[in-house]
Formats: sequence, C-alpha cells, structure tokens
Amino acid sequence: MHGPDIRWYVILAALLFATGALGVMLRRSPLIILLSVEIMLNSANLLLIAFSRLHGREDGQVFAISVMAIAASEVVVGLGLIVAMGRRGVELDVDKLRTLRD
Amino acid sequence: MANFLVWVVWFGAAFACLTSALAVVSFRNPFYSALALIGNLASLAVLYLLLSGEFVAAGQVLVYGGAVMVMFLFVIAYLGDRSEDSPWSGGPTWQIVGAVLAGGAILAEVVVVVGLKAGGFLSSAQPVGRNFGSPEAIGRLFLTDHLLAFEVTSIVLLVAAVGGVVLGSHARTFDTPADGDART
Repeated sequence: MHGPDIRWYVILAALLFATGALGVMLRRSPLIILLSVEIMLNSANLLLIAFSRLHGREDGQVFAISVMAIAASEVVVGLGLIVAMGRRGVELDVDKLRTLRD
Repeated sequence: MANFLVWVVWFGAAFACLTSALAVVSFRNPFYSALALIGNLASLAVLYLLLSGEFVAAGQVLVYGGAVMVMFLFVIAYLGDRSEDSPWSGGPTWQIVGAVLAGGAILAEVVVVVGLKAGGFLSSAQPVGRNFGSPEAIGRLFLTDHLLAFEVTSIVLLVAAVGGVVLGSHARTFDTPADGDART
C-alpha cells in the first residue's frame, strides 16, 4: 500500500469525530447540529473503509454504503422536523426546546 | 516518486477535510456551514479513492454531495436567515470548556490506543487486487453476503420518505375532529 498506512487514517477520523462532536455540543441551531452529525457519520465511514482496506475485504465498504443510506434517511426526518418547527414559528434553538408542546 | 505524490494528495485532502469540518462548526450562517460541508465530503471522497474504495467515493459525491446537500441547502434557504453567534466569539463559557475537554478525551483515547496498543498491527495492510472496491465487487457482496442489510436499508429509506412527507405536509391539525375548532 502506497502512502500513509491505516494509523494516519485512524487519527484523522478521530480528529473529524471530535470536531463533529464539538459542533453538536457547542452550536444551538438544529441545522448546524445535523451538519455536525454528518461529519461524525463520515468519520465513522472513513474508519470503515480504512479497515476494509487493511483487511483486504470489501465488507467495510458495503457497511459504509449502508451508513450513507441511513444518514440520508436521518437527514430527511431531521430536516422535516426542522421545517415543521420553522413553519409553526418555534424558535430554532435547541436550548429553548424544553417542552414537547406549547 | 509515486509514493511521494500519494503523501502529498493525502495531506492535502486531510487538511481540506479538517479545515472544512472546523468551518462547519464555526460559521455563523448555516448556509456557509452547509457549503463547507460539501468541501468536507469531497475531500473525504479523495481519501476513499486513496483507500481504493472507488464505488464508495462515487456514491459519496453523488449521494452526499448531490442529494443530501441539496436538501440541506433547500431547507436552509427556505427557513431564511437564521444566523447565530459563532461559538468562539463570546469568550470561554463552561459549555465551550466542557465540549473541548470531551472532544480532547476522544482524541486522547484514540491516540493512546493507536500509539501504544495497535500500532504494529495497523501498519501492514493486505495486498489487494485491481478489482478491489469496484462496483462489481461491491454489488456482488451486497446481493450475496449482505442481502439482509440491503433489503432492510430499502425499507428504512421508504419509511424515511413517508416520514418526510408526513412531517412536511401542510394541513395538519392536532385536535380531534370532534372538537370543531381547527388549529393548524
């Protein structure tokens, strides 16, 4: 295998995951929280593909594609919720969402 | 020489990946964050190519960079300007300190495990053939070993599509029909 070995990918994926986790913990807009969750999912995908290359089997890539499909469905539901919130005039701030109904 | 070029491409992609991820977290305007995420996804696709995951890289660009991000940008544009303060602007609060500590803990765990325990094991990748990661190989695996995951994924996508329609539909009342007063 040319170039960097799997350790570099693991460390990069850890940095990406930590960045996404920072976004989830720091931001208040649910839109940006969803974007940060995408970063975390992608770092897990990077690990899956890196380890699939390490073992020389494609099962990890199959898993990564399934994760992409799940992430797409998660985005559909999450964005649907955010649109419903925006349409009902709820403020888009997760710190202020403390009750299930107004 | 080829090896050197791979390192250059790797560092370029990794740098783009990390800076765009930080940009997603830091931008005030969600629209800019979503645009930065597109850069993040594209540089990850480059890394997938370096790991000989050609089909996944193509799927990443098509599914994420295409479909998912268009959906994000559409919703952000639909909701209008929802800028908020950057998390780094207001000085260190307990929330920022706690979040950075938690993120640092994840990093430290991974670095310790990779550096002390699994380092030698991780450095010797198996040789793979030219067909590795091609659409043909992935499709064959999907329809043989991972058929259940394939079918379950299709059901999950269907449920998500129905859920999106239900959540986004206009006329919805939360009262029982007998009530009479229609609050939408």
